[in-house]
Amino acid sequence: MATEILMPALSPTMEEGTLAKWLVKEGDSVSSGDIIAEIETDKATMEFEAVDDGVIGKILVTEGTEGVKVNTPIAVLIEEGESAEDLADAAPAAPQPVAEAPAPAAPAAPAAPVTAAPVEPDYPAGTETRMTTVREALRDAMAEEMRRDEGVFLMGEEVAEYQGAYKVSQGLLDEFGAKRVIDTPITEHGFAGVAVGAAFGGLKPIVEFMTFNFAMQAVDQIINSAAKTLYMSGGQMGAPMVFRGPNGAAARVAAQHSQDYAAWYAHIPGLKVVQPYSAADAKGLLKSAIRDPNPVIFLENEILYGRAFEVPVLEDFTVPIGKARIWREGTDVTLISFGIGMQYALEAADKLAEEGISAEVVDLRSLRPIDYETVLASVRKTNRCVTVEEGFPVGSIGNHLSAYIMTHAFDYLDAPVLNCTGKDVPMPYAANLERHALITTAEVVEAVKQVTYR
Amino acid sequence: MHGGKEDGEVGIQPCGDREGSDRYGIPFSRFLTPDGALSDAAPGFASDRGELAALYAGMLRTRAFDAKAVALQRTGRLGTYASSLGQEGVSVGLASAMRAEDVLIPSFREHGAQLWRGTRMEELLLYWGGDERGSDFAGPREDFPVCVPVGTQYPHAVGVAMAFTLRGEARCAVVVGGDGSTSRGDFHEALNMAGVWALPVVFLINNNQWAISVPREAQTAAATLAQKAIGAGLPGEQVDGCDVIAVRDAMERALARGRAGGGATVIECITYRLSDHTTADDATRYRDDTQVSPHWAEEPVTRLREHLVQAHGWTRQEEEELRAETHAAVEAAAQAYLDIAPQPVASIADYLFETLPPDLKAARDRVAEGGNG
Repeated sequence: MATEILMPALSPTMEEGTLAKWLVKEGDSVSSGDIIAEIETDKATMEFEAVDDGVIGKILVTEGTEGVKVNTPIAVLIEEGESAEDLADAAPAAPQPVAEAPAPAAPAAPAAPVTAAPVEPDYPAGTETRMTTVREALRDAMAEEMRRDEGVFLMGEEVAEYQGAYKVSQGLLDEFGAKRVIDTPITEHGFAGVAVGAAFGGLKPIVEFMTFNFAMQAVDQIINSAAKTLYMSGGQMGAPMVFRGPNGAAARVAAQHSQDYAAWYAHIPGLKVVQPYSAADAKGLLKSAIRDPNPVIFLENEILYGRAFEVPVLEDFTVPIGKARIWREGTDVTLISFGIGMQYALEAADKLAEEGISAEVVDLRSLRPIDYETVLASVRKTNRCVTVEEGFPVGSIGNHLSAYIMTHAFDYLDAPVLNCTGKDVPMPYAANLERHALITTAEVVEAVKQVTYR
Repeated sequence: MHGGKEDGEVGIQPCGDREGSDRYGIPFSRFLTPDGALSDAAPGFASDRGELAALYAGMLRTRAFDAKAVALQRTGRLGTYASSLGQEGVSVGLASAMRAEDVLIPSFREHGAQLWRGTRMEELLLYWGGDERGSDFAGPREDFPVCVPVGTQYPHAVGVAMAFTLRGEARCAVVVGGDGSTSRGDFHEALNMAGVWALPVVFLINNNQWAISVPREAQTAAATLAQKAIGAGLPGEQVDGCDVIAVRDAMERALARGRAGGGATVIECITYRLSDHTTADDATRYRDDTQVSPHWAEEPVTRLREHLVQAHGWTRQEEEELRAETHAAVEAAAQAYLDIAPQPVASIADYLFETLPPDLKAARDRVAEGGNG
């Protein structure tokens, strides 16, 4: 019986890869454990083994193909004696761009589905756009700003030769050289402090943390030095700089590597904090962050790096810090989120629409300063609000927004504001427990039903 | 030079012979002895009366400033203050070797260096009086403000040196810290990175033997602090920090090396903290006079005056004129400081961001109107 060989996921966050090389050809016999192909990901080239004995019946994806999605059939393994001609129905799969929010099959809806009103993006109508991953958008933003300003440079672990632990800095070493793309020794505290000094000394550093989990060691430099020196020096000396890197849970990397620090940094006067969801916002906000004369915490997400979104093809596209974005307009409830939380909010909005509940989805984008105006305007319109974020529940961004909305729009509320957050436990390593520790779309849907009394 | 406990009192035994075999070849230099005699090996500037008189005046000013600052604190007109009594040779020695375009990254006991480089006394008093405007000094604009957190200034200095290198400037960063700060990760991380990138930094350690109440021996088992440079691939040396000539000479060599692309240097200045740690400390609770008083015989100001008198005919009149001038300058600065009006409440958020976000502007305005945010 024929078995499909699927494009493997070589890491929990891999979404696609390049089929670099076939080491077998059609008709070859293979045994379980034989190396049959080389797969290249954003991080590494890895050998791929046959998982079963048999004969390579058909190769479906030719070597050199880029952007092969995980779980795409790449070859068919047949048993000895079977014929490859029997496999007429096995067609080669072309690489597909990742769907942003896959539309689920509509269940029997209790109410008439609503359609989301289109919302204007941050660029003029008719602007040409290109599907770009968040990863590329971040790289493009850095490259453009480094071309624009000689004082901008990038430092961090593995950012130069290795092109970034998550390949965000691809090509920057080649273009800007080792003086401006700097591999550092392994000490987040140390190199964050060096970057703070360089900012005090007139440069505009971009510090890449391999993940914000590792930046806990650097918090003294980020808060006590970067965030406070302009204030403490009576305006003499400030830190125009960006601290960036993935924040929050990836997948299956356990408690010490899966924490969301959004609320931590948003707590600190003197910092600006942004966490984009889309690639366009990632690019536009990073450019603004690099130009900002204050220290900016730029929170990315490992799972979003590989997601493609429309990015405007403009010479100098920026998104202002401190402005939220309304992703879809609605009338029954306001969903407020940011970063990866937007994925759950948007999915929930789709599901709710099928049930006749119209959700307005607000992407905060900036967590300090927060665009309170947009938040309040939306809540005053819908009279209900659910916040969605991945971080821990106590002292969350949602807690803060709840208090703010209660203070400023109490009379508009028809229900308490609910906060959907990650669970109040360190991230479990076990896959089944991790799923439950994270926020889910179903929880968001459930929370909306509570505040709309459905 | 050790102010700590007697042998046998220490629970943890020292490793090896601290004064001998564990020095890892760390050189020690002193040109001016405590009785004012100058070694033949002294650098050229040490035979120039004018140079020495300037160094002396700088140290005398530092001592007078310290005394006035402590007096202001004791009378409720200044915040907690860290005197540099007995360590004036470090401050003045290091600053006198620097060029104007170099950058000083001080800790909190380098008033003498800041004054030498042009920060005004009333600005320092304003800072120590608890007003952030004091750090917005008019003089050396690129010099860093006082760093009270222990050790965080070391990586900053490496960053400043990185900025010089990226811009192709032949300038040096000079960072100062105390013996206690060498136990911090910041110190080791900064040394390591300055070594990797061969950056023009001078790490100057004022080893005054005490981190508040913790003696130098309880800080590290290493025989010298300078040898901590070795692990980072940097040269390290010790000087007599009460000899302003030796401090300046070591600094000049290190700065020349840094400017020429030769990388960073660690200089350990051995001094003794004759005062309390700060005005919030009472050192008699953990050390007694019999420990402290021998060190008065080594202090840097008298030492250089002795030499000026012996070798350069420094007169009583010159001494009295200098003292009167110094006293008048300090008193005038104190009065100028006391005359500065407090910041208006409306300035509470002025320097939080380059441009205040709207929500903070509203909160600031509420505070200014007498509300509470």
